[in-house]
Amino acid sequence: MQNVIANTTDLEAIALKVREHIIKMSTDGGCFVGASLSAADLIVYLYSEFLNINKNNLDDPDRDYLFLSKGHDVPALYGTFVEMGLLEADRLKNHLSVSDNIYWHPNTKIPGIEFHSGSLGHLPSVAIGVAMDLKIKGGTNKVVCIMGDGELNEGTCWEAVLVANAYKLDNLIFVIDRNQFQANMATEDLIPLEPLHDKFTAFGAAVKRINGHDFDALHEAFSAYPFQDERLNVVIADTVRGKGLLSIERRADRWFCNFNATEVDDLLKELHGEHLTQLTSETLVVR
Amino acid sequence: MTYEELLTEIALSDERFIVMTAENRALVRNIPGKLGNRFIDTGITEQTMIGAAAGLALRGRIPVVHALASFLSMRAFEFIRTDAGIPGLPVKLSSFIPGFLSDGNGPTHQALEDISLMRGIPNMTVFAPADEDDLVKMLPQIWTHSNPSYVRINTRKTNYIHAPFEWGKAEVVSTGDDVTILTYGLMFEQALIAVEMLKNEGLSVGLVSLRSLKPVDERAILEVTRNSKLTVTLEDHFLSGGLYSIVAEVLLKHGLTANILPFALNERWFKPALLPNVLEYEGFTGKQIAEKILGYKTFYKQPGMAVPQFAE
Repeated sequence: MQNVIANTTDLEAIALKVREHIIKMSTDGGCFVGASLSAADLIVYLYSEFLNINKNNLDDPDRDYLFLSKGHDVPALYGTFVEMGLLEADRLKNHLSVSDNIYWHPNTKIPGIEFHSGSLGHLPSVAIGVAMDLKIKGGTNKVVCIMGDGELNEGTCWEAVLVANAYKLDNLIFVIDRNQFQANMATEDLIPLEPLHDKFTAFGAAVKRINGHDFDALHEAFSAYPFQDERLNVVIADTVRGKGLLSIERRADRWFCNFNATEVDDLLKELHGEHLTQLTSETLVVR
Repeated sequence: MTYEELLTEIALSDERFIVMTAENRALVRNIPGKLGNRFIDTGITEQTMIGAAAGLALRGRIPVVHALASFLSMRAFEFIRTDAGIPGLPVKLSSFIPGFLSDGNGPTHQALEDISLMRGIPNMTVFAPADEDDLVKMLPQIWTHSNPSYVRINTRKTNYIHAPFEWGKAEVVSTGDDVTILTYGLMFEQALIAVEMLKNEGLSVGLVSLRSLKPVDERAILEVTRNSKLTVTLEDHFLSGGLYSIVAEVLLKHGLTANILPFALNERWFKPALLPNVLEYEGFTGKQIAEKILGYKTFYKQPGMAVPQFAE
């Protein structure tokens, strides 16, 4: 059973903590809670099992790279950083404070953030540059770039796939957080992406499509890296926006949330399997 | 009347209008149901949207185009310049959360060079309303003019009732011998506060809202710099290329100089946080502006400020 992960229970426990951090950040100005919850398991898996990145090797040129291109899901990344010991838990309370650098999109003032993001479709190309240099210098580092499915509207994502294919970047992995939504619409109702697997395959990538909330499935997919010699690796992770909170899961109007204190308390209970939260805070008009 | 109500009314009364967005619906939430196939959402594709807007304009349409200020003015810049600017097509750009209005998003979303970029395009016209009342008074002329336009959308409410908009004219709120604040857009709100404090300190204070950055009201600028001992340029924009630069260009063109105090962001982005905290941190509240002009601290209280109800 080579592809079955040893400590699925541990990862689930970490992911639960990360979700708690995300929920706690969704007040006093709010955050993009739905997209953060969809990406949480992916990010936890990648840092815990796949990537050689930890608090002691951030300056090591031989470490791996993770680029968070969708950007607005950064609460999931900061939550993971807390659980890895990269960031003090108390600092998450500084969200949106002028005394710190924790806001709606990632920035490199936070150790562990490889590159700032927030403007979609940028980091696939930045990741290509890093992967190209590793090819030139002969490094074995892995380069992961997490993109949103809505982000795939931007043409630069597809330019990046074309270029990665041309330069045979098999050290590069594009991970798509396929949560079926962009801002406050379903992707298939606006700019349909399917058949997504076929699109990437036609562009020359080696593609795996898996359940992005199943740690065994994630492990099986990433254990097969590099998927094919001289081909860009693509993982389409099917996820659920708002995963873990039934009261906001798959809800188009709960993209950016600014909950009140009572709602946060109730959502934390809901996360641990208690009853659904009665949400009274205004549905914010976003995008 | 709100932005959306005005756009709906104009578009319903004139078949030429097409409302477009790159999946930025905050300003046009109810328009899809009202305009049917004259509403087009291209998804997160700013460049393709601008190219398509040019194609629609080529067919006699007037596309009113929506996206976040930084992605509209910068990601799609070359498409705006090449597809709308070179042919001079009436593509109407509505730029959402410009300047400080992007509050907690971070530098990726901070459009602080949009005025500079847009006014550099031949044929382009550039506007920055002071608040929602001003916006609604300005837009009908902007949208029916034959040139392409860029508008820094500002839907905030102030208590000020603006004069009717005249093409290419600034709004002179007051005149003063000691200090005059030249400003545009969001900072008008804080300028009003600063002016009150300065008047209470016994100064003769003027306030001019530029409204139109291109064409710019040269006469208004020259009158201010001639009649006021100090001219303050106040803008949520980089120091380079915005109002401070415009004033410098106008003065140089007429062989003049003046005593200018600029408020702008010099070679840096602003600290991301909620809007009232951004203003305070960056020194752009009315009280801070007044005190910097005075050169001393006062006991005035900075009025509270509404937090925007949207985010990206």
